Amino acid sequence: MNTGRPASTRLRWWWVGGSALVLAVVVVGAVMVGPIALSPADIVRSVVDRLPFIGLDTGLSDRSEAILWEIRMPRVVLAVLVGSMLSAAGAAYQGVFRNPLADPYLLGAGAGAGLGATVAIVYAPATSGWIIDPLPVAAFGGAIGGVALAYALGYTVRRGRTAVTLILAGVAVAAFLTALQTFLQQRESDTLREVYGWILGSLNTAGWGEVSLVAPYVVVCLSVVLVGRRLLDILAVGDTEAGTLGVRPGRVRLIFVVFATLGTAAVVSVSGLIGFVGIIVPHTVRLLTSASYRVVVPISILLGGAFLVLADIIARVAVAPAEIPIGVVTAIIGAPFFAVVLRTSKGITS
Amino acid sequence: MIRRFAPFVVVVALFATACNSDGSRDSAPPDTPTTTSVEAEPTTTSARETTTATSARETTTTTEPAEDGFPVTINAPNGRVTIERPPERIVSISPTSTEVLFAIGAGDQVAAVDSMSDFPENAPVTELSAFTPSVEAIASFDPDLVFLSFDPSDIVAGLEAIGIAVILHGTALTMDDAYGQWEQVGTATGHVSEAAALVATTTADMLSAFDSLPETSDSVTYYYELGPTLYSATSATFIGGLLAPAGMENIADPADTDGFGYPELSAEYIIDADPTLILLADTKCCGASLDTVAQRPGWASMTAVANGNVVELDDDIASRWGPRVVDLVEDVVAAILRLELTNS
Repeated sequence: MNTGRPASTRLRWWWVGGSALVLAVVVVGAVMVGPIALSPADIVRSVVDRLPFIGLDTGLSDRSEAILWEIRMPRVVLAVLVGSMLSAAGAAYQGVFRNPLADPYLLGAGAGAGLGATVAIVYAPATSGWIIDPLPVAAFGGAIGGVALAYALGYTVRRGRTAVTLILAGVAVAAFLTALQTFLQQRESDTLREVYGWILGSLNTAGWGEVSLVAPYVVVCLSVVLVGRRLLDILAVGDTEAGTLGVRPGRVRLIFVVFATLGTAAVVSVSGLIGFVGIIVPHTVRLLTSASYRVVVPISILLGGAFLVLADIIARVAVAPAEIPIGVVTAIIGAPFFAVVLRTSKGITS
Repeated sequence: MIRRFAPFVVVVALFATACNSDGSRDSAPPDTPTTTSVEAEPTTTSARETTTATSARETTTTTEPAEDGFPVTINAPNGRVTIERPPERIVSISPTSTEVLFAIGAGDQVAAVDSMSDFPENAPVTELSAFTPSVEAIASFDPDLVFLSFDPSDIVAGLEAIGIAVILHGTALTMDDAYGQWEQVGTATGHVSEAAALVATTTADMLSAFDSLPETSDSVTYYYELGPTLYSATSATFIGGLLAPAGMENIADPADTDGFGYPELSAEYIIDADPTLILLADTKCCGASLDTVAQRPGWASMTAVANGNVVELDDDIASRWGPRVVDLVEDVVAAILRLELTNS
């Protein structure tokens, strides 16, 4: 697919335009639908009403306004942020580790966040006495700590600090942290439902507070991955070859891992462990467009946001007014969708 | 109103017969209703109600008519369990069983209880886990009777294999289930009359609580919260059935498409449903309160939040099926009565 067609490594404007359109359509759709029927006209009126210098009778009750602006809107925005971040982080991980199975949780970010969240749920039950909710802080710290541990472990290996060494260190750290988390969860079984609820991921109770908490991290981390995405293409040729091109693979890898982890930790701390997004979105983009990270990263950011918003629509509408954990939805619709893409495309280029 | 209480009335009559059989132990079998049962009845229920009770259901507890009651055979959910003599070293791996044991005066026969049995305070709490129970750990207390509520890994079979009597009392689905279990606990420990009395007072207390409600409580809707991710319990659950005599409508019912009973609700659905009452059963676990609920995005627009009609329940009571359910019922009834006051 890439041979003899060097142009496919360039970012085509219609790929960007098309993906942005998909994202826009999905976002508008997500604001329109929900367990509570709000007519599109009412929603448009309410949005216009919020514009500066315009005031009109929206026809919506205070309660409907609250549902639209304090529940549905932040939820859609958060889904975009989480989906974009996880997809970009997944693409970055796949690039720096030259491993198609890499996802944002590869180096222990997921296991660390899970352990942090479990510790917070078990030992620091949220009460009004806390100034800030300890759960996101602990999940964030756990994710960073997990990856730092994996890096430290990988760094101390004397022979060749290669990508593979780091992956193996990550596997060991993830297994260890998961074991600790399971141990704690089984011992304190009265908090089991809460722990599982967090691990399966949910945007159900998200508000603007969560959005403003993660947005700065997501913006910074996405910018770094976007700006540096050419380096991922260079790393793809191998550490030694990249070195001859003037790139220091270890340093590049560290920078990408730091920012991908920071962003992942931030979104995971408010959304829980939503799996599968970081793997299937970049791969789908690769299959549909190009294998070059110059294309994969920006398109993954756009389509990753769209994918998670879509998954969240299903999570809240499929069995409305009940909810499905969004992590379950991403796997249930993501896996078959990915299989279809895999079958209909001409094959992965790598 | 009367018809709703039919299940309770049956149980009252059941108590009455049990009481009678205990009083004249050698005469009548326990499940034969007699005329004296009406006299033995301690509650203020009317004659009309007691007539419906003569069709008393079968009791699952059978007591051998020996001098001290033992040996007894119990038709436990895990099969017939024979207990030769009054147990002295009971191990309870079920917070509910622990509460019942102490409530019927069998507390001094209890050697150990699991780590989550935090009521009453003088229960001999150990490290034993109710979630991942271990045959060896339980056996190390040398028990002569073990109560379990959950058998995830063949603990019952393991204990029976080493000759320890086990009664598995799983989660009660109705109050009648719970009463049946309490009576079995009484029979198994030699506290038949105390268990019957506990059932009777509980029944009577609940009757009087619900009787204090006006008919208008039918128009009350409620949301019952189990966790901060908005897990709820429908009318089909134990807690839903417990509150059913109040006649309130549960907003989680339409959401329970799979019949599981514990749907996770959408925040926007709850806000739109605008229940009259919010019952929080996640106060201890998760720190939910009127304040935290009011701070959730969009929740301040709800009538129940604005008017403070948010009841902070004790999670422990709400998740067990012990005698303290009366406290929970009374809390909810009091909240409904406050509603009626503010409305009128």
